[in-house]
Amino acid sequence: MKNKRSLFAVPYVVWMALFVVAPIIMVVIYAFTTAAFDPTMGNFTGMGVYLSIFTRSFELAIIATLVCLLIGYPISYMMAKEGPGFQRVATVLIMLPMWVNFLLRTYAWMSILENNGLLNQFFDAIGLFDLINAIGAQLADDPSQYVPITYFRMIRTQGAVVLGMVYNYLPFMILPIYSVIVKLDRSLMEAAQDLGANSVTVFRKVILPLSLPGVLSGVTMVFVPAVSTFAISRLLGGGTHMMLGDLIEQQFLGGAYNPHLGSAIALVMMIIVVVCMWVMNRFGEGEEQAVML
Amino acid sequence: MSKELIRLVNCSMAFDGELVLDNMNLYFNDSEFLTLLGPSGCGKTTTLRIIGGFITPTSGEVLFDGVRMNDIPPHQRQVNTVFQRYALFPHLNVFENVAFGLRIGRTEEKEVNGKKKKVKVRIPQDEIRERVLEMLEVVSLKGFENRRINELSGGQQQRVAIARALVNRPKVLLLDEPLGALDLRLRKDMQSELKRIQQQMGITFIYVTHDQEEALAMSDTIVVMDQGKIQQIGTPEDIYNEPKNAFVADFIGESNILDGIMHEDYVVEFFNRKFKCLDKGFAPMEPVDVVIRPEDIDIVPPEKGQLRGVVTSVTFKGVHYDTIVDFKGFKWLIQTTDYHPVGETIGIILNPDDIHIMHKSQYSGMFGDYSSYSEEYEEMDDVTMLDEEEEGSSREGGNEE
Repeated sequence: MKNKRSLFAVPYVVWMALFVVAPIIMVVIYAFTTAAFDPTMGNFTGMGVYLSIFTRSFELAIIATLVCLLIGYPISYMMAKEGPGFQRVATVLIMLPMWVNFLLRTYAWMSILENNGLLNQFFDAIGLFDLINAIGAQLADDPSQYVPITYFRMIRTQGAVVLGMVYNYLPFMILPIYSVIVKLDRSLMEAAQDLGANSVTVFRKVILPLSLPGVLSGVTMVFVPAVSTFAISRLLGGGTHMMLGDLIEQQFLGGAYNPHLGSAIALVMMIIVVVCMWVMNRFGEGEEQAVML
Repeated sequence: MSKELIRLVNCSMAFDGELVLDNMNLYFNDSEFLTLLGPSGCGKTTTLRIIGGFITPTSGEVLFDGVRMNDIPPHQRQVNTVFQRYALFPHLNVFENVAFGLRIGRTEEKEVNGKKKKVKVRIPQDEIRERVLEMLEVVSLKGFENRRINELSGGQQQRVAIARALVNRPKVLLLDEPLGALDLRLRKDMQSELKRIQQQMGITFIYVTHDQEEALAMSDTIVVMDQGKIQQIGTPEDIYNEPKNAFVADFIGESNILDGIMHEDYVVEFFNRKFKCLDKGFAPMEPVDVVIRPEDIDIVPPEKGQLRGVVTSVTFKGVHYDTIVDFKGFKWLIQTTDYHPVGETIGIILNPDDIHIMHKSQYSGMFGDYSSYSEEYEEMDDVTMLDEEEEGSSREGGNEE
């Protein structure tokens, strides 16, 4: 510690050691031991039964990340193009839901999506179901056999889980992309125009490649929490679409109490995520360097 | 006469109600190196951006070959720009930066079966390669194709920016203070480099700068601007030797600017003395601004001088000394290769061709650091002007010691 100022880092280092490094070491130890703390690989070899949960988790997280990207990129782009007044308002609007507790927000979505929830009541009020039933009865081979619908099944579907994740994690996609685009040198776009590029080409050849670092960090910030999410799938997926987060939670707090297995699952998930991120960052390295210029 | 390419007709530009460009009329000829010169905020960059198409003038017309271009976006104009901070694409290497414009290709109107159609003309790969390499050779960057932009020095980035613009073979190249970020040595090299490239390519350069030396060294024509207005247009020699008003005289080179009265053609009075000059066409007894360039003044022994003064400061500038001489409270800058120590009384002689007469303008009295008005002179001014005819009178030479 040559620099006196590095003394200020001591509390942080202690904090990191106590609450980040130590727990990871504990997770590793738990993962490789039995309940009696004898070394074993059993926690890993028996994990095959949960393969479907692993694939579903990654599948839904990837879908949610892509949806976030598809919605978030245009929003970020438009925000960056507008004036500073609009940018401030938009940033607050995007951040606003995050001031409300995560669980509360998810409960709110439950009451919106439920079979007799707000959305279905709304559809009913505007006569959507009557219309569908009228058409359905007409088209059915045997009108007497036609079962009229009174609601759309929205809750307890994978779609609802994705929706919940997109809703919760969208700001983490928008803000990094926005902050990269808004900092792009305007003269680069003018230079491209000057060289004959119309606005589509300017976007494709200049703005898009230069905003990739923002996209990468947005994707990271959405994908990582999405893959380990637990409450959303339980509340909006109705427990039928168990995800990794739920599985791990069960091992620690639920009936299936087995922290050693839970640690092993957590460790495997962590390794997969780190590998994913590493590959992605390698892929985006060139662009990242470019923007740091 | 060379062909006229671009013309600005009564162009005005206002940002938030503030007039930045005031009724500008200017034309640009083929193969000309024209410099827009002026202090920051004078409207020179605005003029350039109007020609480039990045902004549309609030009023007035922009004509290319007589065709109105006001609403044509930049990507459809046959001009290219070298930006102030180069604006190179950081995600592309040198080759791809230069090839950027060629890869896009231009839309051209072509007649297909008697109908006019817009056709996107793509340039074949090998031609792109050939043209990019050729252009990198012109800007002396052969072998740098695969370098990243952030691996280049300022001067090299500058060359890439020029190559990127020129490779599209524009009729007009716009340069917005392109040498501003370079150090002095590099700037000098690039000046002659730019001039060489301009002559080699035979196209029009419209160059924006606030550096008068740069303007004098490179230009065929200089347009001096201030407060959104053109102050003077002319060759570098014209602008330097015959400045139109105190602003131009002060901005181009250093000058001593004095109040004077034009008695008749070829006779001007200042410091209560009459001097012969080469200017005519002023009204009898018209108040004028008199410009005397510091390097034109001849220092002689006090008894031989038309005016006498005391040296108050001497600065060594390499080739010459910047000598500040006090003439009755008026400080003049004299550039001389001879050393005169502080406190020495010297005489000066002004030849008729050293004296330049200008009409009074809004700039009168605002410039001339070395002719600052003094209280002593104000007192003298109240006394009726004495008309002293004899040469070498000592009345002016009194010093305040």
